[in-house]
Amino acid sequence: MASKAQTPAPPQTQGFVYSALLLGWLVPGAGHLLTRHWIRALLIFVCITLMFILGIAMQAKVYTPGTGEPLDMLGFCADIGTGILYLVARVFSLGASTVQLVTADYGTKFVVVAGLLNFIAAVDAHNLRIGRKN
Amino acid sequence: MFTPSHFTAVLLFATFASVVFGITQRSAPRAMVKYGLYCWVLFVGSVIAASWLMFIIRR
Repeated sequence: MASKAQTPAPPQTQGFVYSALLLGWLVPGAGHLLTRHWIRALLIFVCITLMFILGIAMQAKVYTPGTGEPLDMLGFCADIGTGILYLVARVFSLGASTVQLVTADYGTKFVVVAGLLNFIAAVDAHNLRIGRKN
Repeated sequence: MFTPSHFTAVLLFATFASVVFGITQRSAPRAMVKYGLYCWVLFVGSVIAASWLMFIIRR
């Protein structure tokens, strides 16, 4: 007699499936807030925002699109991961256009990694939303 | 303007990155803390090891 395998029913997600992904990208931690993981949301928001702010305070270079330089384009792709923080930096011309200090180089890496970490956090929020992760 | 030393920058970087790694790469809170600490030790430890290596090579 063949036994039926017990597979868990996929969780029902209401509304737009990618809302946590998009919200998490725009505002660090907001995707986790949407999935009601308050502490994770707070920690992600504090870490990524503080990393970005400290990077800017170190006179980080904020990458812009359309320079034609491959490394600048990669830097821009990483920077844009911070979502609304990147827009704020561009609107208020925060950071520096060129790296002139050693600490500015550290700051540039802080901003780039803040963006990359936010991409990871947004994907994690999406996995929580669709039930792939608990 | 914020001008930290190289080591302070490393400590800050390791702390922020490890917290996000811990949260995103593990499911249970206890496993998150353990993995975050593991990442932090690897970040800081590898920097200290590389620093000593460069010091020895330079001599």
